[in-house]
Amino acid sequence: MSSLAFVDLSVRYGRRDAIAGFTDTVRPGEWLCLIGPNGAGKSSILRATAGLVPHGGRIEVDGSPLSLRSSRRRAELVAYVPQSPNLPDDMTGAEYVLLGRNPYIGYFGVESQHDLAMVASVLDRLDLADFARRPLGTMSGGERQRLVIARAIAQEAPILLLDEPTSALDIGHQQQALELVDRLRREHGLTVVSAMHDLTLAGLYADRLALLHQGHVVATGPAASVLRPETLSEFYGVSVSVHHEDDGTVVVVPRRTSA
Amino acid sequence: MLADPLARTATTARSVAARPGRWWLPASLVLLAVALFLGVMVGPAGNWGSADWNIIWNVRMPRVVLAGIVGATLSLSGASYQGVFRNPLVDPYLLGVAAGAGLGATIVFAVGRASTTTWLIDPLPLAAFVGGLLAVLITYLVGASFGANRNGVTLVLAGVAVTSLATAIQAFVLQRNTEVIREVYSWILGRLTLANWGDVRLVLPYVVLSSTVLLLHRRHLDVLRVGDDEAISLGTQVTRVRLVVVIAATMGTAAVVSVSGLIGFVGIVVPHAIRLLAGASYRRLLPLSLVVGAAFLILADIPGRVLQDPAETPIGVVTAFFGAPFFILVLRTRGRSLG
Repeated sequence: MSSLAFVDLSVRYGRRDAIAGFTDTVRPGEWLCLIGPNGAGKSSILRATAGLVPHGGRIEVDGSPLSLRSSRRRAELVAYVPQSPNLPDDMTGAEYVLLGRNPYIGYFGVESQHDLAMVASVLDRLDLADFARRPLGTMSGGERQRLVIARAIAQEAPILLLDEPTSALDIGHQQQALELVDRLRREHGLTVVSAMHDLTLAGLYADRLALLHQGHVVATGPAASVLRPETLSEFYGVSVSVHHEDDGTVVVVPRRTSA
Repeated sequence: MLADPLARTATTARSVAARPGRWWLPASLVLLAVALFLGVMVGPAGNWGSADWNIIWNVRMPRVVLAGIVGATLSLSGASYQGVFRNPLVDPYLLGVAAGAGLGATIVFAVGRASTTTWLIDPLPLAAFVGGLLAVLITYLVGASFGANRNGVTLVLAGVAVTSLATAIQAFVLQRNTEVIREVYSWILGRLTLANWGDVRLVLPYVVLSSTVLLLHRRHLDVLRVGDDEAISLGTQVTRVRLVVVIAATMGTAAVVSVSGLIGFVGIVVPHAIRLLAGASYRRLLPLSLVVGAAFLILADIPGRVLQDPAETPIGVVTAFFGAPFFILVLRTRGRSLG
């Protein structure tokens, strides 16, 4: 298990600060969910951690800065699932999951027996064995999302970044995907950082929420403390009612403002 | 194996590794052998053993071998460009590489070909390489600035613009040096019909180096299929891979253009035919493009020799005759997935 620390993280696009002064420590095995309106900086934090955009400040895994790592070593530590992954139609499921082994294969090398065995066992554990030989183009949205998660698991990184993992899925497949991430995180001791729009689901699965607004953290803590009507109204500009179920689930429901 | 807990899982490493169509490479080698045999045996000076051994060895063999090298390089480079630019429409010609190479060669002729022939290293392929590389880099930068990663058509349009520009500069240089027009045009039209073993020796080092580098990068091209961001997050140094592959593909293209002249569509027709038959994985596509490309151009050269005997039908005419309709077919079937 690995910890992930952000120290005064900043990301700029041109002259605009996408994120500024972000400091947080995600404990080993914790699931932190970033929430906030569009453009609040959620994706920028994930993209900076995956090494896709230059950033100021520091991002540390177990106390050592990620920026000092080679790109391959970084990929051994951090797996990234983008908001809309590219799945080539004519690639097979097994070929796709095998891409997750890329950091472990030398520049001119080919995959080892261990890499292939790893892919086989990931496909089995995620009930994807039937999809190994099938082209991605023939699969449904839920099946494709499970394969993307399988690729990230095959990467064997202790830290998993998920950018809007459920935005393209129906409610059943949303639950299925998040349950899968939750199960894998417990089995593998993964540290998870996700960005999500559905506040109820965010509160349901994450240990802790961080509410971002215009590049700054405005609230952080467990769901019950962050998901309050007055906070959400201030930063999302919405009118919501928040219900607390007996099992501790926090449910956020939009309210009709017209009479 | 029994001690390995993974061996008991339903999906085995062996079944993951097993890819369909392992017999494609042997099949393509058989095709190449047939093409070589036909290429050597068919010609105006007599077929099947009636031809003079001297003609076969000094006229047909170098021509067949050169056609094979040119075809292999053009289709391997085409497939590699398609991989690094994630765009099924590009080939060495559409990217402006050939026009840039032509411009580079023209400048060498204009400066004075006679004085360079005594140099230790012939500057002609080198100038073609530099011209071709500049052209493809400009094409990429212009195309990328309009979001080439999202819309492959902008890259092709940028290639058209760069081609026109290079051709215009070439025309200007030629106008000021009218005495080299004949030399330059015979270079552009190609010398495949007059090929000798010296031409083979001239291109071979560049082509071997280029093909080796490209084949060594075929796994990286598969990683690039998921896009730059995901490839980076998987630990691939995308910019470096792209640069190395573009340089290698351009070097091969420039070298063969300097002996064969303009032969279009090979770099698009062959890789796409292979994709349709044997799948799109670059690990299979690159070696197959090399072998099938060689066979394709050797076969395409045969009708040129016998159709209008004793005149020659240029090989570029034959490839365009098959290639242009195929390109339109590719546009129709794959154009949709470019968006």
